[in-house]
Amino acid sequence: MDPARLDKLSDFAWRIPPSGPMRVPVIIYADEGLIRDMDEKVREQAVNVATLPGIVDASYAMPDAHWGYGFPIGGVAAFDPAEGGVISAGGVGFDISCGVRTLLTGVSRTDIEPIKEEIADALFAAVPAGLGSKGRISLSGQEMDAMLEGGAAWAVGQGYGRQADLERIEEHGRMDGARADCVSERAKHRQRKEMGTLGSGNHYLEVQEVVRLFDPDAARVFGLAEGDIVIAVHCGSRGLGHQIGTEFLREMAIEDAKIGIHLPDRELACAPIRSALGERYLGAMRAAINCALANRQIIGHLVRQALSEILPETSLDLLFDVSHNTCKVETHKTNGVERQLHVHRKGATRALGPGSPSLAPALRDTGQPVFVGGSMGTASWILVGTTESERRAFSSACHGAGRSMSRHQARKTWRGREIIDELSRRGIVIRSPSMRGVAEEAPNAYKDISAVIESTHCAGLASKIAELRPLICIKG
Amino acid sequence: MPATKSGWAHFPHGADVGLCGYGPTIEAAFEQTALAMSAAVTDPSCIRPRTGVQVECEAPDPEMLLVDWLNALIYEMSTGGMLFGRFEVHIDGGKLTGTAWGERVSRERHKPAVEAKGATYTALEVKQDDDGNWVARCVVDV
Repeated sequence: MDPARLDKLSDFAWRIPPSGPMRVPVIIYADEGLIRDMDEKVREQAVNVATLPGIVDASYAMPDAHWGYGFPIGGVAAFDPAEGGVISAGGVGFDISCGVRTLLTGVSRTDIEPIKEEIADALFAAVPAGLGSKGRISLSGQEMDAMLEGGAAWAVGQGYGRQADLERIEEHGRMDGARADCVSERAKHRQRKEMGTLGSGNHYLEVQEVVRLFDPDAARVFGLAEGDIVIAVHCGSRGLGHQIGTEFLREMAIEDAKIGIHLPDRELACAPIRSALGERYLGAMRAAINCALANRQIIGHLVRQALSEILPETSLDLLFDVSHNTCKVETHKTNGVERQLHVHRKGATRALGPGSPSLAPALRDTGQPVFVGGSMGTASWILVGTTESERRAFSSACHGAGRSMSRHQARKTWRGREIIDELSRRGIVIRSPSMRGVAEEAPNAYKDISAVIESTHCAGLASKIAELRPLICIKG
Repeated sequence: MPATKSGWAHFPHGADVGLCGYGPTIEAAFEQTALAMSAAVTDPSCIRPRTGVQVECEAPDPEMLLVDWLNALIYEMSTGGMLFGRFEVHIDGGKLTGTAWGERVSRERHKPAVEAKGATYTALEVKQDDDGNWVARCVVDV
């Protein structure tokens, strides 16, 4: 994108004023370098979002924004149902509530360096990953519905993890308003044997080292010290989320055509929040959020089991679990007035600031942890929500670096074996069933996350707490 | 493009995979797009056509029909643990009946790189060029 074609609000905020069918401006948070690297599709998609009915304040794009489905990935938009606001299946995405959970170990790099291969093997054996891997849990119809309405709380009740985990998960591990009856039998069938599986593509399970701290006080609250080892799980609602996204996107697109709503992009298909279709989608989407929360809760449990004998001295406490790809009902102040808004975060992370009542008491004064994943072999980051973030973009932050190269090009450029050997030389152990998958996820196929993090920090979306380096990476 | 040639290709897309199938008929183009989807996962020549699975779908326009076709295959792959390497499609108006031949996924033989999660409406196109050849394209989320 050409920065000269945007109104510069600051070094880290840019504006496209409303014109034509746009109801609100577009605000993009990024430094000039990131703006230049952003594809024009981000502008096009953010502008399209700005035309949707009931949108409030602005159509926002995070520093990692890139070409998505309807909404840009890294897109945030809030809608007021009282103003005819809509809910968009494309604005949530296919992998509903994909997210990251991070577990603390309390051990250091020197503790695990001699046993890295053993840890990698144990995790690779414990957590099914990749196409063709077999989940060990199969849910009956009743169990499926209970999971869809109970989320991580259901999982804890089934013996996966601890009650204490729940206050460290968004929505306390259970999304209200989830309706299993709004989820199709096809979606449930697709999920029946996928609970406790990692998936593939850009999903991962990583053992990471805290290499740098930026805010020692907040780090202490989060239980982080330099040299500490943490474990991050990145995955979502698996087949169920995708089936729900597919089905509702189709239904919304057909319905929009019937009632004469012109969509600049079919992927922007939406329904009024206050409509039967909108309510059904909300019920199903919330069920998919519960599915993702339950899935990460189960995987967290499998990780604890796998490491219980190798690292017996650690309890692997849950720091936090964040979700991207959601639409949540939240109260926000806009123009001095408090309103209940439906906030879509597509490839963006909620970043509640200090004092937020929904945070666990131990975190409340500090703010919500935000996890931003790097690619395989590159840094990840822990940030914290800020007070300022609410007025920036409804308490939202970025979620990852985004690809700089297509999968096709990455496969042509690298061999998986070379990537694994190169990372091994740098002390990073990889476990993956697919060399081609490794090539597609090569570190250099992704953008440099440090620029994204700097912009996120300087724009006031979330503040830097810790930089992490991967030591072990399990990929599907 | 020669009038009678069928084939497939991948085209670049940021995070996922662009599929393109082409052929002398719309059905051939749809078959080839399905093959392109399998090729995103593995080498299609490694997939043995042991089992045939029937799918049916119906849509108000050819573009949506393409997405429905691919998503019907994704559903069968996901729930049956299958990969498909050969396809036969019949289209009558807005109705598609198809057969996909393949086998259960073997991590050792197929070494699947990604999992197709859903066909999207991005870069979606079904059209006939001036030579009468059909092209069917879309992006699939992996």
